[in-house]
Amino acid sequence: MTSLAPGSANPAASPLTAVAIEPSPQEHGAAAYAADDHGGHVDVRLFGLATFLVADGMTFAGFFAAYLTFRAVNPLPAGSTYELELILPTINTALLLISSITFHRAGSNLRQGNQAACRSWLLGTVILGVAFLAGQMVEYFNLPFGLTDNLFASTFYALTGFHGLHVTLGVICILVVWWQARQGGRITQHDHFGLEAAELYWHFVDGIWVVLYGILYLL
Amino acid sequence: MLFSLVRFRRRPGDLADGVAIEGNLPLEIVWTAIPAVVVLFVGIYSYDIYERMGGMVSLNDHSAMHHSAEVMQASTSGSSMNNGSPDGESEPRVWAGIGSSADGTDTLPVEVTAMQFAFIFHYPDGDFTTGELHVPINRPVELRMKANDVIHAFWVPQFRLKQDVIPGQPTLLSFTATRTGSYPIICAELCGPYHGGMRSTVVVHEQEAFNQWFETNAPPKPAPATVASAALTPTA
Amino acid sequence: MTVASPSDFEPQGLQPQSWLKYFSFSLDHKVIGLQYLVTSFIFYFIGGALAGVIRTELTSPISDFVSRETYNEVLTLHGTIMIFLWIVPVVNGAFGNYLIPFYVGARDMAFPRLNAVAFWLIPPAGILLIASYFVAGGAAQSGWTAYPPLSLSTPAIGQVIWILSVLLLGGSSIFGGINFIATILKLRRPGLNLMQLPMYCWAMLGTSILVVLSTPVLAGTLILLSFDIIAHTGFFNPALGGNVVVYQHLFWFYSHPAVYIMVLPAFGLVSEILPIHARKPLFGYTTMVYSIMAIVVLGLVVWAHHMFTSGTPPWMRLFFTIATSFIAVPTGIKFFNWLATLWQGKLAMNSAMLFSCGFIVNFVFGGITGVALAQVPFDIHVHDTYFVVGHFHYIVYGGTVFVIFASVYHWYPKFTGRMLNEDLGRLHFLLTFIGFNLCFAPQHWLGLNGMPRRVAEYDPSFTTLNQVSSVGALLMAISTLPFLLNVIWSLYAGQPAGDNPWNALTPEWLTSSPPPVENWKGEAPLVTHPYDYGIPEGKIDLRVASGSDLWYGGKR
Repeated sequence: MTSLAPGSANPAASPLTAVAIEPSPQEHGAAAYAADDHGGHVDVRLFGLATFLVADGMTFAGFFAAYLTFRAVNPLPAGSTYELELILPTINTALLLISSITFHRAGSNLRQGNQAACRSWLLGTVILGVAFLAGQMVEYFNLPFGLTDNLFASTFYALTGFHGLHVTLGVICILVVWWQARQGGRITQHDHFGLEAAELYWHFVDGIWVVLYGILYLL
Repeated sequence: MLFSLVRFRRRPGDLADGVAIEGNLPLEIVWTAIPAVVVLFVGIYSYDIYERMGGMVSLNDHSAMHHSAEVMQASTSGSSMNNGSPDGESEPRVWAGIGSSADGTDTLPVEVTAMQFAFIFHYPDGDFTTGELHVPINRPVELRMKANDVIHAFWVPQFRLKQDVIPGQPTLLSFTATRTGSYPIICAELCGPYHGGMRSTVVVHEQEAFNQWFETNAPPKPAPATVASAALTPTA
Repeated sequence: MTVASPSDFEPQGLQPQSWLKYFSFSLDHKVIGLQYLVTSFIFYFIGGALAGVIRTELTSPISDFVSRETYNEVLTLHGTIMIFLWIVPVVNGAFGNYLIPFYVGARDMAFPRLNAVAFWLIPPAGILLIASYFVAGGAAQSGWTAYPPLSLSTPAIGQVIWILSVLLLGGSSIFGGINFIATILKLRRPGLNLMQLPMYCWAMLGTSILVVLSTPVLAGTLILLSFDIIAHTGFFNPALGGNVVVYQHLFWFYSHPAVYIMVLPAFGLVSEILPIHARKPLFGYTTMVYSIMAIVVLGLVVWAHHMFTSGTPPWMRLFFTIATSFIAVPTGIKFFNWLATLWQGKLAMNSAMLFSCGFIVNFVFGGITGVALAQVPFDIHVHDTYFVVGHFHYIVYGGTVFVIFASVYHWYPKFTGRMLNEDLGRLHFLLTFIGFNLCFAPQHWLGLNGMPRRVAEYDPSFTTLNQVSSVGALLMAISTLPFLLNVIWSLYAGQPAGDNPWNALTPEWLTSSPPPVENWKGEAPLVTHPYDYGIPEGKIDLRVASGSDLWYGGKR
């Protein structure tokens, strides 16, 4: 079997290496590979996005861990409380969960070739997302504490603010997708990476919110 | 390693390949098992030492033990620093000032305040403050440490003892000195520009000398060193 | 299919083709790899100069060479530059980008644009970091760990710039990690199994998993820290009810894996270099793979061993001691496998081999002190002393940087098509090895006897050893001269290398040197046995060896 010979003093002269760069055809069994030549390779963009979301999730995990530790170890100063108004956030949670469903409807409509319905569902998702952000704003302005009042206040604003940033970004992405779908071309029945990516991201943001709602409001 | 380098170096003009050894399962199992066993042993051994140092006991066991200096420490004790070869015995203590501390025995409490860039020692028994730590020999000492500004670390190299002094989180350190002399206290956590100059001294006296020192320093009114009040909780 | 003609390989338009491409937003993974390599080397020299300042200051026990504030700025910059701008970008970015596509049989990384973005985050971050020295108040002074509350009370502008810079570098690192994971898992040439990949792929896969899981936590932590500085929140400020130990937990959740982010790729590189120059198969491929993965898993759960004196509860100390000690097991497996790879080989004593062997020696020493440090009673004594400084320089310099030099000697012919001068290379090795050990071995003794780290002034009884250490540092500085000379001179006048000067079997050698834009003319070779060196039954017949033997490793 094997293999190579010898580290000769002047390897450039080795006949083996000369062969190595100019393969003759029969040495390549894997003909399927030819299709993969130059340029187009398998589409790994969604995989990449998923990996990125894992990383993003770890950022949130770090925040959550910090928050839970603060809560376990550092008592709040007298007069402050962990209690929060629950009605508005619960409505917000419902809005966000519904928006996940509407986005899913948008995706399935597109795959069935129903472009117009897809765009309406997208717009519906955008409206729900904006409503969520508006609800957050209302909550912010009605809270009894400010950013630096105590540790819980700081953590609260940091967590919800960071999440709100994600929602804002998501809304912008959906608008871009909607615009592309309206223009046609970029988002079609058979070519809809943009929509799938935005959908995956949106579900991720929703999932984070559910955890956040659980530990920040309910706990 | 060196052996194989010399033994198997390529002779000039030798163009052949080496022997194709790709793996040897039993051999690999052996050299997986050996380090695992060694590591486990070292882990248990160090756990044992740590327990004898008092690390694992809950905060009310004060039997001062005499552990023989640890493997690495033995080789370094003495000789190097200021005077003689001390090898203090130690009982590092754990976490923040939770729980009651002593069981009322003959513990000497000292409140340590670390700040940029000094340690200050306050003796609650005599209600006076010094810049050097003076302790009697063979008597448990309990340091209740707090920091005013940033994180410092209280380190006495000869005692093999170190504990971070953390603002907002009082820490506790207990030890029993077994040899007289004076040893340096060093700050071991970067705390600002003069971190390197943040040093002090711990002086270990015989009991009488300590009493004498205590008398001269304590303000006249309070009673000198007697029994530490048992219920003292750490300062915070 | 037939061999494609070169005209099929026209690169993307608008990309400069001359030397200018190295200053452009190139999408070619080889160009990006070399961009990483050269950029990081520049930062290495800056970081080295800072180390020179530190060692000069420490030749005398009093603070005399620079002011105390400057000294703290210098040690902060030294640590940050060496970690985030030198070692991480080189072993991940440079060699990863250059080699991984070859190893998986791809024409480029999975996301070439993201790759270029990741690289171009680095120079601004580095320039920002160094420029912070000149702003009001100077650069960050709280060490590369930036522990609050010290980092909250030192001059704010420098600290904020430091955070910004580290965030950029962390982002670059995460993008790179995503790219490597996608490339290794999804872009493999059809027919190439995971267990047939060269070891460096596995090392990079493990590293990238660590990057993706742990770097974001550091990013989040630093964002909170910057809030504390800018907006006066109290996350880590005890005066406002915050908790400084939480910062340490979060910080070390990244920064311990960061050690593996720095050494795992080095393990991979050395596993590529040793078999080729020993003319033997890599010993124990499977166990090597499993041990990498074991290190990844264990590496994520050992962070609190940096905090044994920070007021951690006893059960935590016990758990982290045991977990840390067990990292020695997979590491030991790798060590024994390397030795077995050398055993009975026909070792070529060239610079790449010398540096690799230097790595093994240094790393074993660093590993032993590492196991010692994992033991709580011992760590309580030597934590934050020069013992720790000695220990981690044995890991990151004696380990990783030695491998970086070995790799440069090994792959330079592939990068440029020319050989490096071996005599200068051996001189470089000799100076580096002696200088390194002279510099860092005494530091263990200093730490054991009571010299804390990060001090500008120390007990006068330590003077002699500190001077010895500084002489070692000077030797290390001098040792880069033959290297620099060698690299620059060989670029123009080195002996032509040919395509495969080492007669290697791994895929990057089965193309021309330097390789064409899409790596191979024609399709990529399928290398299923990358380490198939050696003579099985003492027979080899040169005349019947053919190209197919090369590609299939003779094992159809």
